[in-house]
Amino acid sequence: MSLSLQEVKRVAWLARIEITDAEAEAAQGHLNGIFKLIEQMQSVDTEGVAPMAHAQDVVQRLREDVVTESDQRAAFQAIAPQVEGGLYLVPQVIE
Amino acid sequence: MLNVTLKQLALALAQKRISSVELTQLHLERVARIDPVLNAFITIDRERSLAQAQAADALIAAGKAQPLTGVPVAVKDIFCAQGWLTTCGSKMLANFVSPYDAHVVGRLNAAGAVILGKTNMDEFAMGSSSETSFRGPVKNPWDPARVPGGSSGGSAAAVAARMAPAAIGTDTGGSIRQPAALCGICGIKPTYGVVSRYGMIAFASSLDQGGPIAKCAEDLALLLNAMAGFDARDSTSLDRPGEDYTRALEQPLAGLRIGVPKEYFGAGLGADVAAAIETALAQYEKLGAKRIAISLPNSGLSVPAYYVIAPAEASSNLSRYDGVRYGYRAPQYTDLVDLYCKSRAQGFGAEVKRRILIGTYVLSHGYYDAYYLKAQKIRRLIAQDFVKAYEQCDLIMGPTAPSVAFAVGEKAFDPVQMYLNDIYTVAANLAGLPAMSIPCGFGEGGMPVGLHVIGNYFSEAKMLNAAHQYQRATDWHTRAPREFA
Repeated sequence: MSLSLQEVKRVAWLARIEITDAEAEAAQGHLNGIFKLIEQMQSVDTEGVAPMAHAQDVVQRLREDVVTESDQRAAFQAIAPQVEGGLYLVPQVIE
Repeated sequence: MLNVTLKQLALALAQKRISSVELTQLHLERVARIDPVLNAFITIDRERSLAQAQAADALIAAGKAQPLTGVPVAVKDIFCAQGWLTTCGSKMLANFVSPYDAHVVGRLNAAGAVILGKTNMDEFAMGSSSETSFRGPVKNPWDPARVPGGSSGGSAAAVAARMAPAAIGTDTGGSIRQPAALCGICGIKPTYGVVSRYGMIAFASSLDQGGPIAKCAEDLALLLNAMAGFDARDSTSLDRPGEDYTRALEQPLAGLRIGVPKEYFGAGLGADVAAAIETALAQYEKLGAKRIAISLPNSGLSVPAYYVIAPAEASSNLSRYDGVRYGYRAPQYTDLVDLYCKSRAQGFGAEVKRRILIGTYVLSHGYYDAYYLKAQKIRRLIAQDFVKAYEQCDLIMGPTAPSVAFAVGEKAFDPVQMYLNDIYTVAANLAGLPAMSIPCGFGEGGMPVGLHVIGNYFSEAKMLNAAHQYQRATDWHTRAPREFA
């Protein structure tokens, strides 16, 4: 698997990371090296093997549907780049 | 006071031979003097630490001391600590003062420990050398021209240089064990689910585990006692009965079966490291252990599988950094999407971006099956290899890293060369098994070598027992770099 410059830029877009042409070229070299490493996975047959996401055989824990947290908005928003009236400010999205 | 165990420190504090305030001041002075060379700390807050020390002294005077009360502990900057700058080694969080405590930080505080400072690390825990931090590289106390390992390099360097009696770190692919090995000290990554990840900035959620870094196995056990345990706020935290990890330390090792995988002694392993490991294994046999040759056939696939799974999970976890609610926001942008793209481009370093790109690609439409799912299947095969192995042995041993610490800058330009440092450690993260590194000798250039011990699920007490008995019979763990002894 080897990425074209176009694909590097596409992936950067999916990841919402701005990338210049020069950066994309540098990234392309490194990424293709990493893909060569990853390709080794194809050397083993995994037919019929169940994917493993978690070490222990557990399920998502449930709890009672009651309020357990307290309002800490002021503390959490004190570190935000831009807030007003309890809202996080971002550039306008909808006209 | 600098080369004693935590138990000896607790006794000194109880007997009033030293106060926590004096002990904390002693270590803060060492940091001020030594850290300009090593760069192990990102944040020191003298007032905060001394205030905690005073509170600890009050507890000690009132007869309410616990084993860690009054002990200064260095905390990897990946753990949120309320009121402390928590940067995760990244420009993205360079201004993030955490409004809450990680579960583990809360537990240390409740135990009366003193937070000595926040330690330097590879950015977002992605690295094996502690060179990618936005605050510059950490240096190895044994040779400041070399790396301390990563990503918990700051924590490891702090302990090795006696700037802190103990530290905590995190391990996703070896980030506690490999720095411990390269710095000549001890570190353990517990079974997945034993230490809560709440407040531990997420890298790869199915692999991350927090754990202690210290000078000896007994210290690791005391720290693990404080850190481990169920936390409802971490949905992957395991609800199990409490354990005392010191309970088996003194058990004799007669009959202990040590599995030695043939795959760990192939090409790529330095002869100096192999020799030190061989000597350690012979020592274990002298202590009554039996050495058994085993095979972990899918070992060679650990690194490829890890470098699919970890970046994939990282790409998801790091999508929260968008310049909106906290962290770095680009100063100029045209619209919302541009805000995201520029904040992330400017806030993240090169290695972090590389891993996000890999992760995004392997999870994207058309590639998910071939890469992510395939890697998860290989993960199952790797875990099954261990299950089979533990039918024949109690512990698995080998080298922690393929070489001793390398030079700063040596591997920084070839990601794959850097990734190969993890060759022995990642399998334990993939399988969720507990794994530990303890010092077992020296190699090229007089640099430390670490012995890697992988245990079966929940066998930390037995692993610490094996390490403690080894440390009773040897003195590698008492060695300190000459300048900092």
